[in-house]
Amino acid sequence: MFLKSLKIILFFLLAAVIYGAFLYAPLAKGLGEYTRVLYFHVPTAWITVTAFAVGALFSGIYLKNKELKYDLWAEAANQLGLLFGVLATVTGSIWAKMSWGSFWNWDPRETSIFILLLIYAAYFALRSAVEQADRRAALSAVYDLLAFVTVPFFVFVVPRIYSSLHPDPIVNTQGKIHMNGKMLLVFLSSLSAYTAVFFWMLKQRIDLIGIQLKIKQLEN
Amino acid sequence: MYKAWLVFRKDVQQEFKTRYALNAIFLFAIVTLTAVSFSIGAFSAGPEILSALLWIILFFSSMSGLAHIFVREEETHTADTLKLVTTSSSVFIGKLLFNIMLLFMVELLVVPLFMGVMNFVIYDAFVFVLSLVFGTFGLAGGGTIVAAIISKSNTKGALFTVLAFPILLPVIVSGISAAKKAATNAPLVLASSELQALFAFAVVIITAGILLFDFIWNE
Repeated sequence: MFLKSLKIILFFLLAAVIYGAFLYAPLAKGLGEYTRVLYFHVPTAWITVTAFAVGALFSGIYLKNKELKYDLWAEAANQLGLLFGVLATVTGSIWAKMSWGSFWNWDPRETSIFILLLIYAAYFALRSAVEQADRRAALSAVYDLLAFVTVPFFVFVVPRIYSSLHPDPIVNTQGKIHMNGKMLLVFLSSLSAYTAVFFWMLKQRIDLIGIQLKIKQLEN
Repeated sequence: MYKAWLVFRKDVQQEFKTRYALNAIFLFAIVTLTAVSFSIGAFSAGPEILSALLWIILFFSSMSGLAHIFVREEETHTADTLKLVTTSSSVFIGKLLFNIMLLFMVELLVVPLFMGVMNFVIYDAFVFVLSLVFGTFGLAGGGTIVAAIISKSNTKGALFTVLAFPILLPVIVSGISAAKKAATNAPLVLASSELQALFAFAVVIITAGILLFDFIWNE
């Protein structure tokens, strides 16, 4: 019952975020209508990183106690991460076209998200190449953790070698966009709405995985 | 550590009996070098393009040979014996040493040939050699752990490059940048961030490999 009402609250929150992003929030000074993509680009990028971190956490737990459900949870989190990663790439690419003039110019930030997508595409390629469930779980968990330790190199090393046009990833420190109260309100509610959507979707997948495992158990 | 050395010596002896990985990696390097040199000629490319080409040749040649070390153990069914006689970390370190040796041998052949054939002039040999050494440790570390993963899966060939490339990309990016600076006579200070990145990557990937290898090997 509680979760059901939460779902309805989430619906209205997301509707309010969409309304706020397009109609309520004022434009940043000196920038055009296209900056409204901010309210969708930053949250999806944030969820991408969160999802992969959650996936790596589940992979680590799997390696620790070898329960198959954690491997399936990690897979679910990484799938969501890949989904949000594609959304962040597309919204970022649209923004890049409007403010830098081209959809794709291998800016370090674009490079790092592309490599991130490549890593997790490779993760799913590896999963499809192994048939036994426990072996697949161990191999993909190791690859997931291995990938996760190399991600900081893309975030810190590549932008140090090539200079980036992308604003500071940490919200509103020396970023190029200074937000006023209304913008900040919409931005923060969008961020929390997206985070809630992610955890709600993950919860659905985890419940589904639990049911599937139970059915398998009953069949045997 | 002594056991790791024994694993290394066993692999060296086994390799020189068949020379499978050695032939594959050397011939692959020569073939790609020929293709590159044939298609763009000696004097038409600047240091930016040449340093990128050098690292692409090194990366893909290493991809053709590094996986063999674990695939062989699975194909000849000797992995179980190895599991019985020694610990997983000494297996990993032994195989890592072998892959490092293999890459150094390839570099000793390919890098002078590349410099000669492509007219690639290095002004700062110290930066260049140091970046190659650190880069080799990174490539071999990442290649060895991914080879261990791949040896347990069903499709061994194409998947290796797919899995290794995104993980090893920091090595390639920093390696290319360091080689470019070494070829354009930049002072050592300017290349220090690349060298630090290469060194840090090698340390991180080898440590992660040693820690994670046990889960693959005793799975």
